[in-house]
Amino acid sequence: MALRKIFLGNEAIALGLFEAGCTLAASYPGTPASEILGAMIQLKQAEGASIHLEWSINEKVAFEVALANSYAGRRSAVIMKQVGLNVAADPLMSAAYTGVKGGLVVVVADDPGPHSSQTEQDSRFFAMMAKIPVLDPSTVEEARLFAGMAMEVSEKYGIPVMLRPTTRVCHARQDLLPGAPALNDSEPAFEKNPARWAATPKFRLLLHRELNDKILAISRDEDFQPLAIEGFGQGSGPASAMRSGAPGRPCVVASGVVLAHAREILADLGLSDKIVLYGAPMPHPLPPSFQEAVLGDHDRILVLEETEPVMEMQFPDRTRISGRFDGSVPSSGELLPETVEHILRSFLELPPAPEIKAPEAPGRRPTLCAGCPHRAAFFAIKKALPKGIYPGDIGCYTLGLNLGVVDTVLCMGAAVSQASGFCHAYRSRGDEAPHICATIGDSTFFHAGIPPLMNAVVQDARFTLVILDNSTTAMTGHQPTPAAGVTLDGAHVPALSIEKIVEACGVRFVRIIDPYRLEEMTDLLKEAGRHARADDGGVAVVIARRPCLMDRRQHRPWSRVDIQVTDRCVGCGFCVKHFECPAMVLKQEKEPLEIDRVLCSGCGVCIHVCPHDALAASQPSETRDIHGRE
Amino acid sequence: MQQIIISGVGGQGILFVTRLLAETALEMGFSVLISETHGMAQRGGNVISHLKVSSLADDAVASTSRPFVSPLIRPGRADLLLAMHPDGETAHGFYLKDGGVTISNRPDPSNPSALDAGRMALDLGSPVSANLVLLGFAAGSGALFCPPEQVRATLERFGGRRIELSLKAYEAGWDEARRRLAGGVPHSSGGSAA
Repeated sequence: MALRKIFLGNEAIALGLFEAGCTLAASYPGTPASEILGAMIQLKQAEGASIHLEWSINEKVAFEVALANSYAGRRSAVIMKQVGLNVAADPLMSAAYTGVKGGLVVVVADDPGPHSSQTEQDSRFFAMMAKIPVLDPSTVEEARLFAGMAMEVSEKYGIPVMLRPTTRVCHARQDLLPGAPALNDSEPAFEKNPARWAATPKFRLLLHRELNDKILAISRDEDFQPLAIEGFGQGSGPASAMRSGAPGRPCVVASGVVLAHAREILADLGLSDKIVLYGAPMPHPLPPSFQEAVLGDHDRILVLEETEPVMEMQFPDRTRISGRFDGSVPSSGELLPETVEHILRSFLELPPAPEIKAPEAPGRRPTLCAGCPHRAAFFAIKKALPKGIYPGDIGCYTLGLNLGVVDTVLCMGAAVSQASGFCHAYRSRGDEAPHICATIGDSTFFHAGIPPLMNAVVQDARFTLVILDNSTTAMTGHQPTPAAGVTLDGAHVPALSIEKIVEACGVRFVRIIDPYRLEEMTDLLKEAGRHARADDGGVAVVIARRPCLMDRRQHRPWSRVDIQVTDRCVGCGFCVKHFECPAMVLKQEKEPLEIDRVLCSGCGVCIHVCPHDALAASQPSETRDIHGRE
Repeated sequence: MQQIIISGVGGQGILFVTRLLAETALEMGFSVLISETHGMAQRGGNVISHLKVSSLADDAVASTSRPFVSPLIRPGRADLLLAMHPDGETAHGFYLKDGGVTISNRPDPSNPSALDAGRMALDLGSPVSANLVLLGFAAGSGALFCPPEQVRATLERFGGRRIELSLKAYEAGWDEARRRLAGGVPHSSGGSAA
């Protein structure tokens, strides 16, 4: 028993891919998928496996890199969050037609809630659209198991297979027995076959027919039939075997973590013998034989799945099915266990559970860390380019929202293209645009910010772009960016220069500034704003460069200043409202500000923020080690 | 079996405390299920961990035979709420069952289950160790599924360069629990250990 180890869901997926002999995995970080590749890097180091791992520049690139490895006959994985698949949709749709040679697992982590995403989109619809199978694990243990099954079935049928965990599987932990990863030494062998790998439209039609045959065969595969969960009804087994024991009994068909919730709740309510519970490992294609058996055996059927009715809509006859179409299951939001309990009780005509509501205003909103260089940059923008339009982007710095310097958040890279669009909205009518100042992080700039910048320049758009360069992908756990100059194996490669890329995009105003130098940055932004509006001007780019405070690898001690609140503080609240540093505490208006010494990083930026000059620095006291946290 | 909500705000070491308790449970032969907060909310927002500890039959390697399969605790079901921040009590108190115990990091001398762990950690010269002060207090009070010695052993096993400060913080909380118990302050148990 001591051999069991606690695994994060994402670590279990990494382990499953390793055990399945994966030889290449490419990913772009994004919650809730970020820890999968990180865990593979650790496994690689521990096992000394010859596997290529990379943080790719974006999900589309990651997909194509992994796909080619698979074309060469080697097992591969590409890993992303759900909105990443929007970026990688192009290769996904086409790869379903070409098929694969070595297994290709497309890991796409969905985020019902959403907890850390723009949408609650259900990636299983993408699988349906692409006509590929999707496996939907309900527990950490299944996530590991299904990763291996996905690899096997992908190679067996020559088709990309999606593994779709959700946040509650990715970020759950459970104790498992670790196994020995299989080291895959398969030889790369790319066999030329233009009719497949370079198919023209004529051949694409043939490939489409082949794809239809593959997905039909997979829907009949015994390994992926939904099974009745043991302990519910008459023992476990396929739906066709339930006929003897369970006719007339209501049944629940569930997949993903909702299956785990339902299993625990039904057992807890003592209903195990009153209901048949089917777990569906593969929501698409939902095996037709299963659909027939369920419709034949059960008068009433409840379908539980997140976040869209993917299984439900595959049933040819939904007259006896409860789910999203008849309103039994809510059509938005996460299916929390309390929601599942409510649905189950209502379906089984039981009295509702006493309702326990979460408080209306649950505590505090997220904010940038104390000492975060982004906060200083946002403050400077607000000061230098007031009353502007501020397109924002995806990352920690989305939290510039709190400071009123992020007006739009759409998707990766959109800050730059939307800044163009706002400019044209005014200019094409001959109106003078307000200041337009977009913000984008360094990793997001590499991911999707470069084409819109080139576009802006050649369309003569006018705005200021601030690239918030903290030299890491901070929000998702400090993954390296292409500016790192080193691969995950430690090989030195060219470090990409943001300023040189910006110049190559045709931008003539490119400046770099340390955002802690608040006054200088403010002046620089004013100059940038003038360039953006000048007759002979253009797009102005300011790179606000200072490493993320929380990134251990970039640990740079600085002279910490001890902030003193002098008697000039009148408790006006300006700093709390407009700078919003979590280390600033104003218990009551008109009372003097307090500094939370635990949170304060000693950056000293706030000294330049106070309109009453009430904050002062005592002598630099010590070199602060911000990383003393547990 | 015990269902524990560990709550606070981002940066307080909620994940660390959760891991510490989970590893302790595993060491004692229990099985664990955890749900964690990652991503945006970690930036100073409310952070919550769910920890479910249960016994594991010797032959029950597969999760199907475990009492818990869902990683989430339902509202009104938690045996214990460890509130690292007073906000956590308001935000996450609804998870607690009737008769459940809250161990809370806030100055409130009238409440035997409240401890100004933040102040104690500051006095120890390690303000970031408030989480361990409170954990030591919870363990020492008998509110956890495990004896305080066992958590201490896990902490030692984790090691790290700040281990001495961490142990000092943990023990300061534990001592405070001993002191209160000796003083005859009543303290109910937070659910039966599995």
